Amino acid sequence: MEISFTVNDVLQTVNVEDENTPLLWVIRDILDLKGTKFGCGKAACGACTLHVDGEAVRSCSYAVKFVQDKTVTTIEGLGNRENPHPVQLAWVEEIVPQCGYCQPGFMMATAALLKKVPKPTDEDIDNNIINVCRCGTYYRMRKAIHKAAEIQAEKDTNESNMV
Amino acid sequence: MADNKSESKKVSRRKFLVRGGLGTIGVVAIGTYIFRNSIRREILGTVNSLDLPYTDNTDKPMIWFEVTSENNILLHSPKVEMGQGTFTGIAQMAADELSVSMSQIQVIHAASSTGNIDSFATGGSTSISGLWQPLRELAAMLREMLLKEASRKMNVGIDELTIEDGILSGNGKTMTYAQAAEGVENWKVPDTPVLKSLKEYKYIGKPIARVDLDAKVFGDPIFGMDAQMPDMLYGAVVRPTKIGAKFVSADIKPAENMPGVVKVIVEEDFVGVVANSMLEAEKAKDAIIVTWEGYEDLNTDAIFKIMTVGNGKSTIIQKHGDALDKQDGIETLEFRTPIGAHAQIEPNGVVASVEGDSAVIKISTQVIGLTRKEVASRLGLDVEKVNVIPTYLGGGFGRRLHTPHAVQAAVMSKAVGKPVKYFFSRKEEFQHDMFRPPTHHIIKGKLNAEGYLDGLEHQFVSGDVGNHSALIPDFLPPIIGADIGAIRGGFIQYTGIPNFRSVYWHVSLPFATSWWRSLGLLANTFAMESFMDEMALKANKNAVDFRLAQIGDDSIGVRLKNVIKAASEKANYSEDIANGRAMGFAASIDAGTPCAQVVEVSIVDNEIVVHKVTVSLDPGLAVNPDQIRAQCEGCVIMGMSAVLYEQMYVENGELQPTIYGPYQMALMKNAPKEIDVVLLQGKDTPGAVGEPPLGPIGAAIANAVRRLTGERLTELPLKLSKTM
Repeated sequence: MEISFTVNDVLQTVNVEDENTPLLWVIRDILDLKGTKFGCGKAACGACTLHVDGEAVRSCSYAVKFVQDKTVTTIEGLGNRENPHPVQLAWVEEIVPQCGYCQPGFMMATAALLKKVPKPTDEDIDNNIINVCRCGTYYRMRKAIHKAAEIQAEKDTNESNMV
Repeated sequence: MADNKSESKKVSRRKFLVRGGLGTIGVVAIGTYIFRNSIRREILGTVNSLDLPYTDNTDKPMIWFEVTSENNILLHSPKVEMGQGTFTGIAQMAADELSVSMSQIQVIHAASSTGNIDSFATGGSTSISGLWQPLRELAAMLREMLLKEASRKMNVGIDELTIEDGILSGNGKTMTYAQAAEGVENWKVPDTPVLKSLKEYKYIGKPIARVDLDAKVFGDPIFGMDAQMPDMLYGAVVRPTKIGAKFVSADIKPAENMPGVVKVIVEEDFVGVVANSMLEAEKAKDAIIVTWEGYEDLNTDAIFKIMTVGNGKSTIIQKHGDALDKQDGIETLEFRTPIGAHAQIEPNGVVASVEGDSAVIKISTQVIGLTRKEVASRLGLDVEKVNVIPTYLGGGFGRRLHTPHAVQAAVMSKAVGKPVKYFFSRKEEFQHDMFRPPTHHIIKGKLNAEGYLDGLEHQFVSGDVGNHSALIPDFLPPIIGADIGAIRGGFIQYTGIPNFRSVYWHVSLPFATSWWRSLGLLANTFAMESFMDEMALKANKNAVDFRLAQIGDDSIGVRLKNVIKAASEKANYSEDIANGRAMGFAASIDAGTPCAQVVEVSIVDNEIVVHKVTVSLDPGLAVNPDQIRAQCEGCVIMGMSAVLYEQMYVENGELQPTIYGPYQMALMKNAPKEIDVVLLQGKDTPGAVGEPPLGPIGAAIANAVRRLTGERLTELPLKLSKTM
């Protein structure tokens, strides 16, 4: 069946045999966006986190049929080297990644959190950022999440000043 | 930092290879015979000229550097990047000796076809320390060669030329490295040049940001799981769920006609399926009916019963003074640690392409040479015809020190005549890991009248770590003695004690146990440092003073004392309980690097909460202090995860659990809010970093809990027995 949805601002139509195919594999193997990672296949680690209509979703356990006409954002669409997202800027500033494999999932989860809670407390972070990182970068991630909130706030202020 | 000119004089001359005219990629490449790392030297020191799995190719020169036409430097790294930051450290070392900026250096994984293959593995916390001397020499050599050519071409004396950012200037003229190298046919290879002094280095010693930072923040496809080849198909291999099950036969009919299936492959030792997509391969795999044999109905109790001091073969690994023989006043404690999984987030995966008499393998591996040799051997190919292209690793931790899945993917590729991508499911990762072995420890000590130890004895048993691993062939352990991995951290570091000994017992389990970051260190230090704390309490002495008084005055002893003092001072170590928090202390030496930690712990809802960890580490010269801090933070959190939450168990002959969550690991909410790292420099060369900080954390937490609750926890994962 054909499913149409927007991925990183581009309208895509994919043809899948099985509408229950996890979105992760459509993103990775059909659309060739490898930034979204496979970790466990059971929504237990969060490496595959991306956004569907702005909400953080664990795409390894999210059937592609549910994204019909929706908007998907992956790490490649969150920001890029020319125009990085505040979360990516903060991640660079705090030198967060080690092996780096889980990091896109964490950054996507963080970006979704900041949309809902622009200035998260440590408790907000503990309750909402529940992905798994084996290298143990949580300590720097927490600092980066607070920093990303600051960068975002600054950006919002500047933008509202411009208006 | 000390001046290092004296050390460079000792260096033996290396034989260099230079290759010009590399077409569009580079203008000159330079290589040399590879260094030998310490583990390999240890082994080869005993048994030279034996057929080890990684000795081939050491007679061929290796490509290290290429100067590109854009005047950048490609550094082919024989070490893989798995998060430990090696790429950044070696880029700093190369940039400084080459007199180029960091942005001019691009570090890439050396494909095995460059000849630059690590002689053993990426592991053992040896990458930076092992490359420190040879890599800087190589870079300096290249700089001197380019200087000579530039001098000739510019007609300016060598002494009049200065170099900055890869541009040579003198007498009003300038020339880039690329221009200097262009068209040169006969390179003059100088003697190993004198290295720059540490004061002259712009990057070494500085907290430079990781060179792979952008790639990892913007989601670049750099991992083994992201690797692709044209016309690639997907493979899956049927794996048993029971421990010890061997493949006998398979009914493949149900799978053969399933959608997308290209071929079902039955080999002597496995059955695999190749399909057009991963999901189709997985579905077909589940439809294959396999007959297994040789499995037993094991459980955890049976495993622990085998894993008990007194079983297996013993080796005295350390002995000083007399044995503890008088029963009076001897204190005894027993400790146990569980089976641990690597649980790295990137599953093991590979893309293999076999065409005619050659193969290309893209893979996350810590053992490029071994991967290549095993593929070549199984397919009957010349090793030189197998090109292993390593990718970034989504975590290593020792899990990728053997890659039999590369062989399986290559077999499947050969069978279908197309590249095949194959990776483990998470369940397969958990059931077919090469686990951290469970251990059991009996520690005895006797205090003298002054309240210090008169005798101390550590008896411990562990499953295989190095023994029976692919890197240590079975003929080696009898020659080299005790399992070189299991005994890490098993030595008594309080060499001021008059009488001490450490005895290692070896038991092999019916499932694979092997290298897990820091090897025996995590378990051994948990046991030893918990015992020391109990002795300090028994002697009514401050835990830090008690330790300091019993450490020898040799150089490592002095360095250990210094990290102990630094950690306790920085953390304001106190044995008073304040605001419901207690402190715990522990220290260890691993691979020549001493580390001390102070933790602050409280109990919330009957759970152990770690609020703050102070780490003091003496890794010698710090090439990149920020990455050393990152390794300390990571070791603290990975170590906490292992000692507070993680354990595999065996039920009905199966290793369980098979998914994150049930295999509980530290999450953001569990990580300490404060990690304070103090770096000392007790020697003037770089030492081990990536594993030593894993040592103290287990005992430090247990010691804090003891002070808070009165309960001595002797088993990992640490669980409170009473409700607080």
